[in-house]
Amino acid sequence: MQQLSYFELIGFGPKGWGLALLVATGMTLAVALCGFLAGAVVGTLVAWAKLSRSMIARTFGDGYTTILRGIPDLLVIYLFYFGGSAALGAIGSLFGADGFIGVPAFVTGALAIGIVSGAYQAEVFRGAYQILNRGELEAARSVGMHRWLIFRRIIAPQVLRYAIPGLGNTWQLVLKESALISVTGLVELLRQSHIAAGSTRRPFDFYITAAILYLVITWVSTYLFQRAETYSLRGIRRAS
Amino acid sequence: MDLDFMWETLLQLLSGVPLTLNLAFTSVAFGAVLAMILALMRMSRVGILEAIAKAYVFVFRGTPLLVQIFLIYYGLGQFRPILQEWGLWAFFREPYWCAILALTLNTGAYASEIIRGGLQSVPNQQVEAAKACGMSGFLLFRRIVFPIAVRQALPAYGSEIILMVKATSLASIITMMEVTGLAAKLISQTFRAVEVFVVGGLIYLILNFAITRIIMAFEWWLSPHLRRPPAIEPRLEAAHV
Amino acid sequence: MKTATVQAVSVNNLRKSFGSLEVLKGVSLSANDGDVISILGASGSGKSTMLRCINMLEVPDSGEIRIGGEEIGIKRTRRGMEPADQSQVDRIRSRVAMVFQSFNLWSHMTVLENVIEAPIHVQKRPRAECIAEAEAILQKVGIVDKRNQYPSHLSGGQQQRAAIARALAMRPQVMLFDEPTSALDPELVGEVLRVMRALAEEGRTMLVVTHEMGFARDVSNRVIFLHQGMIEEEGPPSDVFGAPKSERFKQFISSHR
Repeated sequence: MQQLSYFELIGFGPKGWGLALLVATGMTLAVALCGFLAGAVVGTLVAWAKLSRSMIARTFGDGYTTILRGIPDLLVIYLFYFGGSAALGAIGSLFGADGFIGVPAFVTGALAIGIVSGAYQAEVFRGAYQILNRGELEAARSVGMHRWLIFRRIIAPQVLRYAIPGLGNTWQLVLKESALISVTGLVELLRQSHIAAGSTRRPFDFYITAAILYLVITWVSTYLFQRAETYSLRGIRRAS
Repeated sequence: MDLDFMWETLLQLLSGVPLTLNLAFTSVAFGAVLAMILALMRMSRVGILEAIAKAYVFVFRGTPLLVQIFLIYYGLGQFRPILQEWGLWAFFREPYWCAILALTLNTGAYASEIIRGGLQSVPNQQVEAAKACGMSGFLLFRRIVFPIAVRQALPAYGSEIILMVKATSLASIITMMEVTGLAAKLISQTFRAVEVFVVGGLIYLILNFAITRIIMAFEWWLSPHLRRPPAIEPRLEAAHV
Repeated sequence: MKTATVQAVSVNNLRKSFGSLEVLKGVSLSANDGDVISILGASGSGKSTMLRCINMLEVPDSGEIRIGGEEIGIKRTRRGMEPADQSQVDRIRSRVAMVFQSFNLWSHMTVLENVIEAPIHVQKRPRAECIAEAEAILQKVGIVDKRNQYPSHLSGGQQQRAAIARALAMRPQVMLFDEPTSALDPELVGEVLRVMRALAEEGRTMLVVTHEMGFARDVSNRVIFLHQGMIEEEGPPSDVFGAPKSERFKQFISSHR
């Protein structure tokens, strides 16, 4: 049996898996990004609920963050993947279709990531909002701004700036959670490595490669978030 | 919501709790030792030790836990002949030990940062006071620095323990039948994802709640100095002249 | 016979409690155009609360507030007293400018951006006009060279002058000052008082809560002394400072020399 060298294995030659791995890395980034953005939407709503005057909203918001941060991500993924398929199957049977209808793994994956990430991002947004100087909001009211204007011009810009470090952390969490989506069959980086490992009987080589690729993404992400933080805080000294 | 089904689900999933707790606490315990070593390496001011510790933390915090698990469980199979020669194959063949190893290495990285944070937040004035009394070296560390550092780090370490309980769910992917593994099996058999999710989620939430309470009690026990002073009882005997 | 002129600000029998503590116990006050009224009192006397009721940052429990003759409607809800019509309040607030003790400049905007923000987004005036006017105002208060800097880079006195510029940019009919110099280092107080004096000499209507006795005596044309939620002394500075009627006010003056 001809033994391929490591570099031939991950390279771009005829037996190389390099291209497949890079495509899978792209898939990882895609599902992570979609999940992160979904999480931002959810996080904003939940943070707003937690800061609300209404006790019902606050209870809902607190319950959401407690529950979604206390349950393993894998369970949430199973819920969305199998639950979504079951729901589709139920609907499908109404139309006469039989059996298991799989929901696209990308959709359930991004949704599952978004739902969980939303709980973490809500905490980030809430914390960032509480850094805001109450006096600045008063000044905005005193010049006659109405609530939506105050949110758009004063609250949102500052919350985004202060949230960047926390968002950097939640992005890292999302990246790692994307690897869990592989259990639903989505061909992201880990799944592709798993397939290649099974096909070539060289699991260590491929998982090490996957690890290196994840590290690269992590490292680049950290760099980009640090740049964003510096840029956004130009001219503003945070209260030390 | 079929309550009979959920009750049966509960009984089934509860049988996975011992394994979940076993995986969690074993890896936390081993991981704490590893974390202590790494934290000391990081603060040792010896270039090579610091570099190794930094690199370790970077790698284990920068890659998904599942990749680490696969590397150990599947990846090491590539070196089976060598491991068999060294008599280690029996260990690495078992999903349980692979899971423990992966979880330990992983929590070691995160916990070392927590411990390092705790050690660095010990107020310098208190260390100086101890030195002024003539304490140094291991005595200083054992009696002053470490106790204070532990109290500072406890809240963050409590969070890490909760995270580890959640992390044990990944062991299900390498055939371990803890709570999540049993839940996945149940879902794929019955397709009743929502009900199984609710029961499984509830179990984890209760576990987290219990652990959080225990940590809080531990914190309370460690900090009599932060509580109200006891009421002073009047002394009945005359003071000695 | 006196012709009825519309008063700039008219406050009648204001009452306000915070929980069980009654802070304002029936306060009345009126200001005509051009009046500069200094409001004095110890902490807890209710002077800031009264000022904040005028632009509805606090909503009184009872009483009447009129700005330029228009009464601000309030109503009782489950959560307490609230403005009856928020858009009326917003509209009135754009004619009544407030300068705060802690400046409250918007930290993510430059000085110039702070000054043009309300004219553009609340009063909907054209941007070019707002910028031109803002620069003229900043010139007047003496910090036009700082217009592209962020508030955190300015000294306390400069920040407060920027806040005054922000208030002026709204072309207000009434200006409210809530202890404008209390948060400043002593050597920076003077530059802010100078600006306020210039505004008074221009004929602006100003209500100033302050501890600066010099300003009260020399610049304002009426002085009010509040004690525990009620007005104890009121009148032109010469009367009030020259022949104070209340014992407490005499003590107050001597302790704030």
